[in-house]
Amino acid sequence: MNIRYSVVAVIALLLCPFYNILHAQESSLLDDIKDTTATTEYVSAAFKSTRVVDGQSIEMLGKGSLDFRILHRFGPISGGTGTLFGLDQSYVRFGFDWAPINDLLIGIGRSSTKKEIDGFVKYRLLQQSRGARELPFSVVLVGGAVLNTLPFNDPAIPNYFSSRLNYFFQTLVGSKLTESISLQLSPTVLHRNLVNLQTDPNDIFALGFGGRIKLTNRVAFMVEYFHSFNGMVKGVNQDPLSIGFDIETGGHVFQLHLTNSSGLNERAFLTDTFNKWARGEIQFGFNISRVFQL
Amino acid sequence: MIRMKKIIAIVVIVMMSSSLTFAQKYFTKNGNVSFHSKTAMENIDAVNKKAVAVIDASTGAMEFAVLMKAFEFERALMQEHFNENYVESDTYPKGSFKGKITNSSSVNFTTDGSYPVTIAGKMSIHGVTNDVTAKGTIVVAGGKINAISEFTILLADYNIEIPSVVKDKIQKSIKIIVNVWLEPKS
Repeated sequence: MNIRYSVVAVIALLLCPFYNILHAQESSLLDDIKDTTATTEYVSAAFKSTRVVDGQSIEMLGKGSLDFRILHRFGPISGGTGTLFGLDQSYVRFGFDWAPINDLLIGIGRSSTKKEIDGFVKYRLLQQSRGARELPFSVVLVGGAVLNTLPFNDPAIPNYFSSRLNYFFQTLVGSKLTESISLQLSPTVLHRNLVNLQTDPNDIFALGFGGRIKLTNRVAFMVEYFHSFNGMVKGVNQDPLSIGFDIETGGHVFQLHLTNSSGLNERAFLTDTFNKWARGEIQFGFNISRVFQL
Repeated sequence: MIRMKKIIAIVVIVMMSSSLTFAQKYFTKNGNVSFHSKTAMENIDAVNKKAVAVIDASTGAMEFAVLMKAFEFERALMQEHFNENYVESDTYPKGSFKGKITNSSSVNFTTDGSYPVTIAGKMSIHGVTNDVTAKGTIVVAGGKINAISEFTILLADYNIEIPSVVKDKIQKSIKIIVNVWLEPKS
């Protein structure tokens, strides 16, 4: 008897661990079917909009989205009461961007300055991701053209259509470092078919910097700066620097900023920026973006 | 001493046998959970086809989990706003429900049929947990279970704020529809 009970007790005690496992599982039924295969999660919404301020951001639009963009810059605040702090002047670009797929954006627009029509193609080569495929940054390629539609300066000389054209290429490398901070670098090449002076270079090399700090879910602080390495006439050309706020209201993104540039396409803000922050030649401007789903 | 061992043995055997009773669990990793908001201004529909769910037929206990980022919207921008502004998916990646069928004894998981049930438990969304009760149906068909339920939650209960500019576009109470097919877990 003694031995029998001992044996039973020992067997029962040996089986106890299984009893514990069964009950441990019951604390969460889902533990049983936990997915062991890691998945890749893509990082989205590094910026509120597809533009930091003037330049392209690493952000794309979702498939089938159409973005109607109104870009507006006033004149310099240093104009004082005579120009109502620049509000008398205005520079405008209307444009449409369309995303046929998630990684591609095609855009066209027209600027009031020099009556320029510009178009671009933007392709996301790599998207920042976490999980199975870990990539700390996104890489986006941009190529575009700017067409000047003003009458030629000197109709007496032979003029060519190609003289109206300018091209730009960018490689945007950026990262959503934290939920609130995103940074990007934008190496840029601008090619102008026709330049004013023989000494002016046709190709301009520039490096852009863009950043955002998300203040709330719907408001972000933005900064953008482009430095051109050549073709800058000292004391005349300036590097564009813009700071501002992105305000998203659901459907609309309002980008309000202060800038020394009135250029609304890549050719214009890289080579036609003459205002200087230090001289108080700061312009108020805004972008309005309205996204429709097609 | 002998009596002691006897008692230990009996206690252990009783405890084990209780746990070794019929413990059939049903599960899925591809459950369907959708939600709907309808106003005069705008309709919002989103569906998550990757809900994970487990139902323990022996106790009526059930658990659901969804990744917030797996909700698919018709409009890409809505999806972005949902994740970025409303449920803050980077901070609160998961939504979950843990509860039980309060009348599980009236469900015969081994006999095909449709059984009305009441479910009570705790739902967690956006870092907030609330008690939820809902009516539903358990359909047993060919060894599988189809669990269906429809209920509404108040966004305010889960600390999900609607800014005044879009208050006419988003319903304050959101309808959630659960429709999952679960298979026996071997």
